[in-house]
Amino acid sequence: MEKRSSLLNILLSAILLLLAAVFIAPVLIVLINSFKTKFSISQTPFVLPNADTFAGLENYITGINDTGLLGAIGWSVFVTVLSVGAIVLFTSMAAWYIVRSGSRFAKATYYMFVFSMIVPFQMVMFTLSKLANTLGLDTPLGLVFIYLGFGAGLSVFMFVGFTKSIPLSIEEAATIDGAGPLQIFFHVVFPILKPTTVTVAILNAMWIWNDYLLPYLIIGTDYKTLPIAVQYLKGGYGSVDMGALMAVLVLSIIPVVVFYLFSQKYIIRGVAAGAVKG
Amino acid sequence: MEKQIRKYSFLLFAPVFTAFLLVFIIPFILGIYLSFTEFTTVSDAVFVGLKNYAEVFKNSGDFLNSLWFTVKFAVVSVVSINVFAFLIALALTRNIRGRNLYRTVFFMPNLIGGIVLGYIWQLIINGILYNYGYSILSNANFGFWGLIVLMNWQMIGYMMIIYIAGLQNVPHEQIEAARVDGAGNLRILFKITIPAVMPSITICLFLTLTNAFKLFDQNLALTAGAPARKTEMLALNIYNTFYGRAGAEGIGQAKAVIFSLLVAAIALLQLYLTRRKEYEN
Repeated sequence: MEKRSSLLNILLSAILLLLAAVFIAPVLIVLINSFKTKFSISQTPFVLPNADTFAGLENYITGINDTGLLGAIGWSVFVTVLSVGAIVLFTSMAAWYIVRSGSRFAKATYYMFVFSMIVPFQMVMFTLSKLANTLGLDTPLGLVFIYLGFGAGLSVFMFVGFTKSIPLSIEEAATIDGAGPLQIFFHVVFPILKPTTVTVAILNAMWIWNDYLLPYLIIGTDYKTLPIAVQYLKGGYGSVDMGALMAVLVLSIIPVVVFYLFSQKYIIRGVAAGAVKG
Repeated sequence: MEKQIRKYSFLLFAPVFTAFLLVFIIPFILGIYLSFTEFTTVSDAVFVGLKNYAEVFKNSGDFLNSLWFTVKFAVVSVVSINVFAFLIALALTRNIRGRNLYRTVFFMPNLIGGIVLGYIWQLIINGILYNYGYSILSNANFGFWGLIVLMNWQMIGYMMIIYIAGLQNVPHEQIEAARVDGAGNLRILFKITIPAVMPSITICLFLTLTNAFKLFDQNLALTAGAPARKTEMLALNIYNTFYGRAGAEGIGQAKAVIFSLLVAAIALLQLYLTRRKEYEN
C-alpha cells in the first residue's frame, strides 16, 4: 500500500514537472525572441538567437519609444493604485451602511450591486463612454471614479458578507463610549475587515491593471495604460515590428511577475477567500 | 442621536452610490431605452420599436455565427479548464515535493492581461503552423483551438487554487472509513470527494462560464475575429457593430441587451442547478 502510493507520487511528480515546463515555456519563448532581430521572429520563434539574429536591446529601445511605454506604466500604476484605494475605502463604508441601516433602499441597491456583476460590459459600453465624455470623466482621475462604480459590485458583495459576521455588540460598546459613526467605522469596523480588504484589493488590482476596453473607450490613446500601449503597437500601423512587440510584451509581464513573486501568499489566499464568499 | 447616525452613515454610502448610479445604473437604463431607437449619439435617438431586434436576426447572420462560436467555445473551455484544474488540484493536495512551487507556477499566467496573452499565443501558434505553410488566420479552427489553449493556460491556475481550498475541507475520516469498507479510489472520488467540493465546483463553473461568454481582449488580440469574422465571439461582434460602421448603433445596443439576458439566464440557471446539487448532499 505504502509502496504503491509512493510510486504514484513519483509518476505524478513527473507529470507535474512536464506541465510546469509547458506553463513557463510561452513566457520564455517571448523573452528569447525579444532579443532577436525583427525579421527572424515570426517564422522561427523556437530558435535561439545566433550571431546574425541577435538584436541586443534594440527591440526594447524601439518598443519603448514607439508606444510611450514608460508613460503607460506610469498611468497604469496611477489608475490602478488610486482606483483600488478608492474601491477599498468607499465600498467597505457602503457595505457597513447596507448591513447596519437595514433600510429598504439599502437592500434594493445591494441587489443591484450583485446584479451588476453578471451584466457584460458591452451592455453599457456605448452609453457609458458618451456619458463619461459629457461629464468630463475622460481623464485618468475620471477613470478612477468609473472604476469605483464598476468595482462596486464584487467589492460591496464581499464586504457585506464579512460585515454581517461582525457582532453588533462591539459597535454598541463604542457608541456608549461616545464614538460617532465615522469613528466607529474607522477605529472599530475597518480594522476588523482587514482580511477581506486584502482580498478585495487584490481581485480589483488584477482586473484594473489588465483592463483594456474600458480605458480605451473612455480616454483612447491620450493617456495610454499598459494594455492600450501594447494594442497600439499592433493596431497602430500596417506592418507590425515583431521585435518591438516582443520587447513590449516582456516589459508588461515583468512588473506583474515581480509583484506576484513578492505577494503571492496574499494573492493565492485572496483568490481562495474570494471564491468562498462568492 | 439615532437620526444623526443615519444621516452621517448615509454620507458613508454616498460616494459608491454616486459612482454606481452614474457609471452603471444610468448607462444600463439608457442602454435598454436606446435598443428601441435609432441613434448615432445618445441625444438624437428616434424611437423605432422592435426594429433593431428584428434586424439582429434578419440581416446579420454574423450575430448567430458569433453566438454559435461562443457557445462551442464556452462548452469546450469550461469542461477542459475545470477537469484539468481539478486533476491538478487533486495531485497537489497529495504529499508531493515542491507542491507550493507548482502552485506558484500554474497560477502565474492568470496575472497576465488578455491582450498580452493573445499576442504571446499568436507568436507560438503561428510559429508552429508556419512549418506546415499555415497561419492562425488560415482557418477558423486554428483560431478556435488557439483560444481554447490560451484560456486553459490562463484559467487553470485560478480554478486550481479554488479546488485546492475545497479539497482541504474534505473529511478525512470519511475517506478512511470508506477505504476500510473496501471502496475503490474512483468510488471514493465520486461518492465522497466530489460531493464535498460541490461549493467549489459551483463557483468555478460560474467563473469559467461567465468569463467564456464575456471574453473580449484575448479574442481581439489572438485573431480579431479573422478569417472573415468566423472567430468573432459575441462581445467582439457587438463591439464591431457599434464601432465598425455608422448607423448600426441601435442594432449594436439591441445585440447587447440580448447578450446580457443570455449571460444572466445562463449564469442563474447554472447557479440554481449546482446549488441544488450542493443541498442534496
